[in-house]
Amino acid sequence: MKTKTKAVKLSAKRIVAAINHAVVPLKDRKLNFGNKWDFAPAPEDSKNYVIAPQHELFINGKFVAPTSGKYFESINPATEQTLTTIAAANAEDVDSAVKSARKAYQKVWSKMPGRERGKYLYRIARIIQEKARELAVLETMDGGKTIKESRDVDLPLVAAHFFYYAGWADKLKYAFPGKTPSPLGVAGQIIPWNFPLLMAAWKIAPALACGNTVVLKPAETTSLTALRLAQIFQEAELPEGVVNIVTGAGETGAALVNHPDINKLAFTGSTEVGKRIAQAVAGTNKKLTLELGGKAANILFEDAPLDQAIEGVIAGIYFNQGHVCCAGSRLFVQEGIYSKVIRKLRDRIQTLRVGNPLDKNTDIGAINSRPQLEKIRELVQSGVDEGAELTQTHCTLPAKGYWFAPSFLTGVTHAHRVANEEIFGPVLSVMTFRTPEEAFERANNIPYGLSAGVWTDKGSKIFKMVNKLRAGVVWANTYNKFDPTSPFGGYKESGFGREGGLQGLAAYCRLD
Amino acid sequence: MKVSALPTKERINFPTRHPAAPTVDAVMVEERAASFTKRSIKTSAKLAGLKMAVSMCDLTTLEGKDTPGKVAYLCRKALQPIEAKYDVPSCAAVCVYPNMVKYARKFLGDVSPVNIAAVATGFPSGQFPLPTKLAEVSRAVADGADEIDMVIDRCAFLAGDHTKVFDEIAATKEACGPAHLKVILETGELVTYDNVRLASEIAMQAGGDFIKTSTGKVSPAATMPVTLVMLEAIRDYFFATGMRIGMKPAGGIRNSKQALAYLVMVKETLGDDWLNPQLFRFGASTLVNDLLMQIAKQADGNYQGSDYFSLP
Repeated sequence: MKTKTKAVKLSAKRIVAAINHAVVPLKDRKLNFGNKWDFAPAPEDSKNYVIAPQHELFINGKFVAPTSGKYFESINPATEQTLTTIAAANAEDVDSAVKSARKAYQKVWSKMPGRERGKYLYRIARIIQEKARELAVLETMDGGKTIKESRDVDLPLVAAHFFYYAGWADKLKYAFPGKTPSPLGVAGQIIPWNFPLLMAAWKIAPALACGNTVVLKPAETTSLTALRLAQIFQEAELPEGVVNIVTGAGETGAALVNHPDINKLAFTGSTEVGKRIAQAVAGTNKKLTLELGGKAANILFEDAPLDQAIEGVIAGIYFNQGHVCCAGSRLFVQEGIYSKVIRKLRDRIQTLRVGNPLDKNTDIGAINSRPQLEKIRELVQSGVDEGAELTQTHCTLPAKGYWFAPSFLTGVTHAHRVANEEIFGPVLSVMTFRTPEEAFERANNIPYGLSAGVWTDKGSKIFKMVNKLRAGVVWANTYNKFDPTSPFGGYKESGFGREGGLQGLAAYCRLD
Repeated sequence: MKVSALPTKERINFPTRHPAAPTVDAVMVEERAASFTKRSIKTSAKLAGLKMAVSMCDLTTLEGKDTPGKVAYLCRKALQPIEAKYDVPSCAAVCVYPNMVKYARKFLGDVSPVNIAAVATGFPSGQFPLPTKLAEVSRAVADGADEIDMVIDRCAFLAGDHTKVFDEIAATKEACGPAHLKVILETGELVTYDNVRLASEIAMQAGGDFIKTSTGKVSPAATMPVTLVMLEAIRDYFFATGMRIGMKPAGGIRNSKQALAYLVMVKETLGDDWLNPQLFRFGASTLVNDLLMQIAKQADGNYQGSDYFSLP
């Protein structure tokens, strides 16, 4: 195409503008995630929320001192400072908690019409929403998770679970067609430290909706928000003894598991402890659900929407510092896109901001406790010793507190420990596969079966994989999505029983 | 089949013109785009970000009623957006219709920190014959335009004639001579993210120095997810060819908060190298005064009414 043009004089500005025509040689093609425009600190205000120096047990609607008089310290894992002291419940305290739950069950809660129980649950849900910011700040200070996640994920889900199960309370007889549901009695519930308040909600809401009463034991390192929840129960005027909270370490949990007057046990935590609980409960009349460890496969096919899949991989493993039982901790990449995926992953983790969990811009908070940090370090070292290559972000970690930089291991084979053992930290093991058959064979070749992820643009491939993967939850083109209407639970050593949805309701009913 | 000449030597080395573009997952890309708006930009970072945003603005007037007088207002505003005491850089460019280029050049002089961008190629519809489009481009460049904002032929794109889209961009690039070429995809008419991604690939491979979302005449104009898809295309193109292509979201970015979210998105998608007016622009008209209002607030500690900020 010919057109007449006059010669144009190049201005200085035009020459500057022409810089981006320069072709960057292959070896220099890197993205520069430096500090050209650094974000100033943006901490969430925490000084308005006062944490009492001492916390008691919550039994029969009141806060009571432990009979032993013993307290243990609860620290902020981001600063190593003591937040408060918490009562250590012994077998005697657990017994009085169970007695109070039994009394409330027999006299009040099991007799109350479902529509009345529902009112309490709605009230609790609304108070949680009102106090969401305070609860989020406490959760972050107590457990080390980022305020972004406690504010935007944990708390909305906590309220959603209470709302959801409140709705079922007066509709139970329609929930299971042809069956008559009735409550089980007293439920003993033991929850982990990774989602303290959310796990409490997962367990308490369906139990109460069905007419059971509860003795809850939070994890030793994260009791604070459960006790704040107890205050909310008081505020909602929940009848005395319907929910009791006993704090303490493993002995407290053991006392609860072994208590003869418990009808139902629900445990979320490690596979190791889960196995011991199953042994202890064997031969008794206690109904049991276990939600245990996982080592989920996130499977990336070559036809996947890659940039979005990378986001899913990141959300899968670095969400909540990887302290997630359904974390996508094994990444299986189809060989054809391996180098591209690694390059994108390397760039992406560089933009994760590690530091003060109360800062609204923090993506990766503190590791929950020193023992957990030691465990992560030990397992990652084993990976390196066994020949895997470690990639970490170049961030500076704070001097105080427990921190682990976002990491991934390449050159991992199925024989490595890091390909089989749950790390429960921000560490991803990357492996490759060639065909869909190989992908699900490798994904299934593990004693766990809690969750999995599939990334492909092809719908038929998703359905094929979903049917072959032995995992309780399979996410397709997304990861770590939770909803109270959706059941959650595992295959194999990831446990049995389901929480959430109708299935979660069934776990707290006798169906005749 | 005759293949159009590629505009630069480097581009010839790139093996294919537009291989099947990667697909985009709508749910995840929207979620990711939303995550950038959650960054909390405070104090010093806010001030630095606001000033950077001003320096990236293509101050725009694209109306039938534009006159030399209006263009003069625009140029003066672009040169000095606010009193010198606030230490605010000038805008990157003024963006006008081809007929206004000569007035803008007259007002800005031969050497100016503010570039002149002219929309061309039958803006905004692009429904014109190629020779008239190219004549328009040549004329605008001859009149002194530093940058040409062309529109792609959406008719050809949606009818599946991607080769025609490519060839038109390549021809326009040739007609641009030394002027920089921004390729407007008009994403509001392409609708799907897959289309946006494919159009981005075509525009970059055919010779665009920048890819730009919208004309501002179609709603929706720029959105964060669409811009993210384009930034990701730029990222892949950089790794494939070593060339840094610029990005210009245009239309719909009206306040400082939005602008800062876009900058966060650039920073965390392409890194620091793209955080400059050579590689990132905002096409906007009302944005500048909101940025200035926030800058003045940061400096003076209180908000001023809109009458304290000159109209462009």
